[in-house]
Formats: sequence, structure tokens, C-alpha cells
Amino acid sequence: MGSSKSSLRHIPNAQELIQDTGFSAAHIQRLYERFDLLDRDQMGRLRVPDFEAISHLAMNPIGDRIIAAFFSPGKDTVDFPSFVRILAHFQPTDDNRTRDSSGKEPYNSPNRKLQFAFQLYDQDGDGKISRAELLQVLQEMLGMQVTDELLQSIAERAIQEADLDQDDAISFDEFKKCLEKVDIDQKMRIGFLS
Amino acid sequence: MLIDSCGFSPSRSAFVMSSRIIPVVLVLLVGSVLHTAAASPSDHETNHTALTNGTAHQKKAFPVLDLNYEHVHAPFEISLWVLLASLMKLGFHLIPRLNNIVPEKKVPPVMNADVFFLCLLPPIILDAGYFLPIRPFIENIGTILMFAVIGTLWNTFFIGGLLFAVCQINPGYTMDLGLLPCLLFATIISAVDPVAVLAVFEEIHINELLHILVFGESLLNDAVTVVLYHLFEEYAGAGTVTVLDGFLGIICFLVVALGGVLVGAIYGILAAFTSRFTSHMRVIEPLFVFVYSYMAYLSAEMFHLSGIMALIACGAVMKPYVEANISHKSHTTVKYFLKMWSSVSETLIFIFLGVATVDGTHHSWNWIFVTATVILCLIARVIGVIGLTYLMNKVRIVKLTTKDQFIIAYGGLRGAIAFSLGFLLNEEHFPQKKMFLTAIITVVFFTVFVQGMTIKPLVELLAVKKKQEAKRTINEEIHTQFLDHLLTGIEDICGHYGHHHWKDKLNRFNKKYLKRYLIAGTRCEEPQLLSFFHKMEMKHAIEQVEKGGGSNVPSALPSTVSMQNIQPKKPTVEPERMLPKLPKGKEDEIRNILRTNLQKTRLRLHSYNRHTLVADPFEEGISDIILRKRKSLNTHINNYLTVPAAPPDTPVMSRARLASDPQARGAKYNADNVPTFQVDLASPQSPDSVTLLNELKKVEDQGLMMKAPSSKSMEGERDQQKLTRCLSDPGPSADEDEDEPFLK
Repeated sequence: MGSSKSSLRHIPNAQELIQDTGFSAAHIQRLYERFDLLDRDQMGRLRVPDFEAISHLAMNPIGDRIIAAFFSPGKDTVDFPSFVRILAHFQPTDDNRTRDSSGKEPYNSPNRKLQFAFQLYDQDGDGKISRAELLQVLQEMLGMQVTDELLQSIAERAIQEADLDQDDAISFDEFKKCLEKVDIDQKMRIGFLS
Repeated sequence: MLIDSCGFSPSRSAFVMSSRIIPVVLVLLVGSVLHTAAASPSDHETNHTALTNGTAHQKKAFPVLDLNYEHVHAPFEISLWVLLASLMKLGFHLIPRLNNIVPEKKVPPVMNADVFFLCLLPPIILDAGYFLPIRPFIENIGTILMFAVIGTLWNTFFIGGLLFAVCQINPGYTMDLGLLPCLLFATIISAVDPVAVLAVFEEIHINELLHILVFGESLLNDAVTVVLYHLFEEYAGAGTVTVLDGFLGIICFLVVALGGVLVGAIYGILAAFTSRFTSHMRVIEPLFVFVYSYMAYLSAEMFHLSGIMALIACGAVMKPYVEANISHKSHTTVKYFLKMWSSVSETLIFIFLGVATVDGTHHSWNWIFVTATVILCLIARVIGVIGLTYLMNKVRIVKLTTKDQFIIAYGGLRGAIAFSLGFLLNEEHFPQKKMFLTAIITVVFFTVFVQGMTIKPLVELLAVKKKQEAKRTINEEIHTQFLDHLLTGIEDICGHYGHHHWKDKLNRFNKKYLKRYLIAGTRCEEPQLLSFFHKMEMKHAIEQVEKGGGSNVPSALPSTVSMQNIQPKKPTVEPERMLPKLPKGKEDEIRNILRTNLQKTRLRLHSYNRHTLVADPFEEGISDIILRKRKSLNTHINNYLTVPAAPPDTPVMSRARLASDPQARGAKYNADNVPTFQVDLASPQSPDSVTLLNELKKVEDQGLMMKAPSSKSMEGERDQQKLTRCLSDPGPSADEDEDEPFLK
């Protein structure tokens, strides 16, 4: 414990991060190492090219969206705390920490996880997944093999199923309802060093 | 598992149902007569002769009626047994009291271990393997392996050791057991049995996780059982087992398990590859599935590898590719044949077990031994489960609760495999064989009947999570795939090679190499989401047609009309819908059109060919549906008008029209140009109904001819063809035109 505490000293705001996100010191350490590795120009911040250098991510159909999710709107760099905060969404849900000291919902609650996923769909940030946005996602996932027509009908069908208030778009609550049968906690978690 | 009536024509099943008592009584009568005679064929013959008719005794120049029972004796008896088993199964479901009328001991069907292992067990295992839910299985594979391997080992040594101790405490001739025979016995009895687990868990509809844990364990412990059984059997004669033997045993286990899986996988790939080329000979497709799997089982058994694991591996490997290649009908055939065979097998197994119980010649009751066995089995199972769960919960994401543990422990049923293995024992080496058999039967009965029957109320009592019956929606599918990609991406960012990373790699490998070689035609490139969507649309369309051609076409058609008055598809809502009324004149016009088209349909004849599969049921059902519609038109004229003549739009009509009108076939049916008929729930007399009327008029003005296909039709056709393959089989006379999809 002593050694890890000392090595945390060069990580800015480490204690605050530990409190805020619920990661343990070991996790923070490991994430910092990863951050450092990705940060090619060693400026303490990550840029889009740093992310794109990850080879597997380039093959991912929604890779661009994921990368974009790390960057807060308007900024083009990611610092370590933001990096950690995004990744905090993928921790296993911890039932004991329902509310932390500041009264905010913890990052890894199912609701927050779903919100994160929802934001990936909803690029323009209007709180709804419109048909066009859904089409875009489908296009990315299904690639060039499918006709526009078929994509349209899939999107059509999906919206029909999910859209309860008939506004032709999927709101966050409707999104949640679609996925109520799916165990979000199990789906959206990464086994960091336990 | 009730035997479905699919495959039986309605009249035959009705016959069976109505006269179920008579065949049973007849069988009982014949059976008892057969029994009272000695078990020799000649006696059967004379008895049977005496019973049925006496013409054999009359002196006739030419025997008009003759009887030769011996000729058909073996298949006759087998069929009689299968029939009896099936009737009992029917009867059991219809009249619970019937299971008390256990047939008297007939020509005792000896539980021949060969018959069991070679004929009765494979269908059940294949059924299980083919329909194994792969995803939960792989996700829980660690836990399953732990339970299967470590759990079984623990059971064996615990029971074996303590039984040996009990034997030492109670010396006596019958109890003079060495350690090795005890261990051998423990091996036989400690394995959880897939047949029993399947039979019981089918009824209780427990949640998927528990089901797959217990079931997976029962399948995978076969490898352990095989190794231990042979090990102890070999060395029981020698008397000692050295460390070297133990070490060899471990290696043997790995060989048996992995070898079995490898053999199964090879046969699975072969089957998948073969199915790629069967597009012209669809009738024999199911045969490949069955024969390759059976060969896998036999090959594995030949090398003393785990046959069960081979069978599971074969079914699991071959399924995704074969499903993509074979026609819809073959798929149904495979499914129902597997269910049928496994159902019959299961019943026969339990009948044989029952008969073996009653047949006293195999038994030697020993109170102490039997009770000790039963109690030790229970204790060993409970301790094993608790201990292993404690270990596994440290590593598992989804922890197993106490309730789960209880169900897993309680679900550890023993069954016929244990009995057959006991039966196989050589009496010379194991003089206590009869005692073993008695104990095994007792444990089997105890677990299956007591535990099996009480597990259902217990599940209710403990409020264990049940299986979720609901179908998967397309939204779920889209979003889960999205989340999969998301998680893979995040894992890559973290540099963490987790679950998703490997799954993604496997998928890529699958796509790049395997699918290309194993799946016929263009379907190898179809992404999973797409095939899911197609399947969903087709299922829905089938539902629609079955409900009598509902007046609502699934809005897979992106025409502008459908965008406005979208209505969620609920086939059950029909009577309550308020549909716009059509003037009576229009209705008559429509009916005339229907009638003329109907006549044309009937005139088509096919030349009979044994290999031609019968035309799609939808085509045959069309005339029925049309007639039904006309009847409903007559009776319900005031309430609502179904507008089936919403002519070419409904699936039913389009096929009739296209089938009858040769000219229409030239221009392929293209969904884009056909106006869809959508109903607006909210306002029956809305302006939309006017739009609809206009459209109908438009259509009729054009004389029901198709508009020229748009430029997008080419791609649309590819999709149509995909649906085509699902819907019907082109026979050798590959009538492409008839196979038009009625959707999109």
C-alpha cells in the first residue's frame, strides 16, 4: 500500500478521483499507466490521433463515436481526470454506494451507464434519438452490405416498437424501457484489476 | 415433452386421441398373453395364432391367411414398445390416473446396456446439444467446468471413501468391499445425469443461468465419469492405484475431454460443409444432420473418448452454419425429429428403469449400504456445491446466491446412465454387482421422484427467478450489439483483453474464414442483425397469415403512406378495430376479382414427382383464407369491413394473383410500389380513409397490374430471395416464380 500511495503522488488529484469515481488506488495507478502509454507526445493530455492509434479501435464500427465520447463538447484534449471519469462508468455496480457525499449519483450506477450509452446515440444532444441518428448508427454497424431501404425499414421498425409517446424519436426513458430486460450491469462492465 | 402433432396428420392424431383406451387395453391383452406363454418365439407364434384366428390349423390347399410372427418378431416388439411408450405419454398428460395402470411384466425388455448407450442416449444428447444456448454456456463455462470436474471428483472420493469406512465398520460377506470397488461405485453414482436433469428442469421453467449451470455440468461430467470408470475398473482387479496411475488418469482425462470435443467439432464442420451443397436436394438435409452427429458419437465411443461431449460439440459447431444453409422446412424437420426421438427415448429409458426395478432377479437389498449411499450422495452434493460456489463467487461477475446454490444442489439428479454403467459391470470382478444395482436404482428413484417432484413447489416457494418468456425485440438486438461494440472499444482503450475482446476476435475469425466456406451463396455475408430482422419479419408475417390474413401489413415497407398512420402491430386487436367502410359496390367488385383469380389458381397442376416437396402451405392455405374471408365479409358486413381486397397488398392476395396471372410474374413483386394499407386506430373516419379509398381506386384503375419496378428493385430482390429461401423449398423443378415472398 505504501508504494502505491507514493506513486500516486505524481498523479494530480488522485485522492479526489478515488473518492469521486470509486476506483481503488491500484486501478487509478493502472489507468494512469495506460494514459501515459497512449499519450504519445507526453503532454499530459490525449488527443484524437492518440486514440486512433489504437489499432483495434480503428476496426470498431462505432470507434469514432467512442472516441468522441471522451472529449467534452468544445474541447479537443482529454486530461487524466476526464479519462478516468468516463471509464468509471464501466465499473461493476456497487450496491453500497448509492449516493456519495456530494449527493450525485455514482458513475457506475445503471442509470448513468445507460445515459452514457444514450449519449453515444444522440449526437446532437437534444435528448432524443431521432430516426436519422438511428439510421446513422445502423449504417455504421451494418456497413456497406445493406441497402438503404432495408436500413430504413429496420430503423422504422425499431422506432415503432420503442416509441411510446408517438413523437417519432426515442427518448431516454423509452431507451431505458427497451433495455429493461437486459442486465445492464453485466453488459456494461469491464473487469478492471479486482 | 409431449409429442407434437406436427408430422401426424390431423385425422391420425384424432384417431389416436379418441381411441387411446382401446389400443392400450389391446396392448395389455396381447402383452399378457405373450407373457403367459414362454419367452420363446415359437410359443408366441402358436399363442398369437390361437388368439387371432384359427385358420392356420384348417387344412387348405392354399393358405389365404397365414401368420408368421417370427418373421417380424423383433421389429414388431420394438415398435409395440415404442407405441406403448408414446401412448402412455399421451395418456399421462390426458388422464393422470393412467400412469397407475402399469403394464404387467411382459416379455421383460432387458435393459441392455448397449441398447441404452447406442440407441437411447444419443437422441437425447443431440437434442440437448443442438439447441444448447451457446451464449450463456460460454459465459458460464468456468463455473460449469468447475462443477463438472472438481464437483464430480469431490463427490466420487467423498462417497467412495465414506462408503469404504461404513463397510469396514459393518463387516459381513455382502459388505466386504475393497476401497477400489467402493470408489468405482462412487464414480458411477456421483455423476449428475443429463437425461434426468432435462426431464425435470423442462417442467419448472427456471431462469436461464441455473438451467445452464446444472445442465452444462451434467453434460461435461461425462468425461470425468468415463475416465474414472475405466481407471477404477481396470485397477480394481489389480488392487492398487499408484501415483503414476493417478497422473496418467489426469492426462487421460484431458485426452478424453478434448479429444471428444475435437472429434465432435470435426464432424460438425463436415456437416456444415456438406450442407452448403444441398440446395438441390433438400429432402435429405435433415439426414446429414442426424447421421453426422451419430457418427461423431460412435467414433468417440470407439476410441473411449467422451461420446457425449463429441455429440454436444458436433451439434453446437454445426448449428449456425447448417441453419444458414438448410431450408426452413428442413429446419423444422430437424427440430421436430430431434424432439420426437428424444421424447421417445426418455420415456423408454424410464420404462426400462421401472421394469428393471420390478424385475427381482437383479437385486440384492442391503439396508445399510443403500441408506448409506443415499445419505452420502445428498451430503456430498450439498457440501460440494457450497464449497465450489464459495470459490467461484470470488471470480464470478454475477454471484450465486444461497437460493441458487440450493437449487443447484437439489437439481443434482442421477439417472439412467448410472444404472447402465452399473449394469455393464463384470459380475466376476464385482461380486457385489447386484447390491450396487439395487443401491443405484434406489438413488435414481429417490432423486428423480422425490427431488424431481418436489423441486417445482420449492421453486415456487423460494420465488426463484423464472425463465423470461418474452421474445426479443429488434430494439434489444440493436442496442445489445451496440453495447457489445462499445465495450470492445472501451476494452481496447484500456488495453484490457477481456471477455469482449476475445469474443470480437472469434467473431472476426468466424466471419473471415469459416463463414465463407461453410455457408452457401451470399448469405455468408449477412450480418447477424440483418438475419435477426428477416427472421422477425417472417415470423410476424406467418403470424399474420395464420390469423386469417390480418388487414395490416407489417410496415417494413417505407412508403410514405405508412409513415403517417402507423399503428403498432397487435394481431389480437382485430375485432375492436374500426375500419373505414367501403361502399357496397366496391366490395362486390373486389369479391368478383377474388373469385376470378381463385378459379385460375385451381387450374394449375403439377406433375407428380416423389422428390418434389409439396407446395408451400401458404399457397394451399390461400384458398381457405380467401373463402374464410368471404364468409366473414358476408357475416360481419355491418361491424367492419375487412378489406382484404386491399388487394395486392395483403400477402394472401398477392400470391394468388401472381400465381394465376402469368403476366404479372414478369415484373417482380416490388414492395415499394404497392401502396400499403394502414389503419389509423384513432380516427376511423379520418381523412386518411379517403386517401385509402383513392389508392384503392388507383390500383383498380390500373387493372391490378404492377407498376414498373423502380431502380432499387435489384437490391430489393436480393433481400426477397433471402426471404424466399426461408419460406419454401424449390424442388428439382426449381419453380422460382412460385417462391415469391409475400413480404417485401
